[in-house]
Amino acid sequence: MPMATLISIPVFALLMILQSSLFSRIPLLYGTLDLFLLVLAAWALQKRVQTAWQWSIVAGLIFNFVSALPLGAPLIGYGLSTGIALALRRQVWQYPLLAMFAAVFFGTLITHAVSLTALRLVGHPIPVLEANMASTLPSLLLNLMLAAPAYALIGDLAARLYPEPLES
Amino acid sequence: MNTTTSRSLQTIVFVFIAVGLIALALGGYLAPLSRIVLNPIIAAQTWISQRYQAVQELVNAPQDTARLRQEILQLRDENSQLQAQIIELRQQLAETSVLSALVDFARANPENRYQAAAVIARDPSPFLNYVIINRGSDNGLRRGMPVVTQQGLIGRVDAVTAGAARVMLITDPASSVNVRLEPGRDAAVLHGQITGDLSLEMIPQDADVQAGDLVLTSGLGGGYPQNILIGQVTGVRSREQDIFKSASIQTMVDFDQIEIVLVITNFRPIDILPLLPVEEAP
Repeated sequence: MPMATLISIPVFALLMILQSSLFSRIPLLYGTLDLFLLVLAAWALQKRVQTAWQWSIVAGLIFNFVSALPLGAPLIGYGLSTGIALALRRQVWQYPLLAMFAAVFFGTLITHAVSLTALRLVGHPIPVLEANMASTLPSLLLNLMLAAPAYALIGDLAARLYPEPLES
Repeated sequence: MNTTTSRSLQTIVFVFIAVGLIALALGGYLAPLSRIVLNPIIAAQTWISQRYQAVQELVNAPQDTARLRQEILQLRDENSQLQAQIIELRQQLAETSVLSALVDFARANPENRYQAAAVIARDPSPFLNYVIINRGSDNGLRRGMPVVTQQGLIGRVDAVTAGAARVMLITDPASSVNVRLEPGRDAAVLHGQITGDLSLEMIPQDADVQAGDLVLTSGLGGGYPQNILIGQVTGVRSREQDIFKSASIQTMVDFDQIEIVLVITNFRPIDILPLLPVEEAP
């Protein structure tokens, strides 16, 4: 397993600790920041990164280990978000920050839609309108606010793991 | 003889003069004279003393400045240590008061055995109201055990690992608790909502429910022990066309600020699912 994939395990373990112990306790209305989504989107948008799918799998598994969401829901949500980020990387590669905002925007909507659908499937339906107003929109705002710093931080990490080749 | 007599006279005259001067001084008659004499002396003393002190300060200033700076640093260090101690003691005081209240609760309900645990995290999903506590199967925790604070029921254990457990709060949208209203003893079902509020459903239309009624667990369904306090009815909604009334309730527990909880370890939930009728396929 390459280093760039292995490093995702401690990264997401640390993010899970931060997410569950800190950021879940400081909600905006009832929405919370999604560190996993920010990191996944920023990672997938880095030019030289080739391990975005592996990172989304690790993120989904670690999230599911702690959360009571139905099995596989985070995996699907983060997988779809990563797919969108990769598609955006190809389409709007000249404006990475714009791509980051778009990836976070659609990623938040997708992960929340998948969570709500999964909860409905296991017999715990949550009113969609109420969920959107109380949770999704505030989460969206929080995620977009921290999209740029997350992109910069993950950009540094990607530069260390995928250094630019020296021109001969 | 003459010489001796004249000396004695001189001495007597001097003594009289001295006594006279003392008497005048004591009587305050010499004050203007002494002021004229002493004022220039005092002024000169003051001037010399001030100059001396200025020169002394000039000579000792570097030493004093260094010493003062060192003292300031020491005091700042002590100050920061004391501030840290104050914060730590305040935290300990808060924890002690919570623990004291929990001990009181445990003493008031001696029929149960309790395991205290600290809340260490919350579910990362914003749609779920779960907390994670720092006690697990190693401490005797099992799935389904009720979790309380000194203010009443907060939920039940949903999943357990060796050293931690996940607790579904009664405010979770998937939570439902069979309850009883006091003093009317009417049965109802308590549901959580995504906003963290609680609502009472399935209250019979003929039930006499008033704001202020107490809500306690009924024990029906075997999911929770009976008679654990949950909260108070704050408002009742009733429409003629509905079969049941509904009500909103206010709990004493602040679900955003839960720090320490008690798990009731001698309660085993009863799984009544096998007893429920199963719809057979046609």
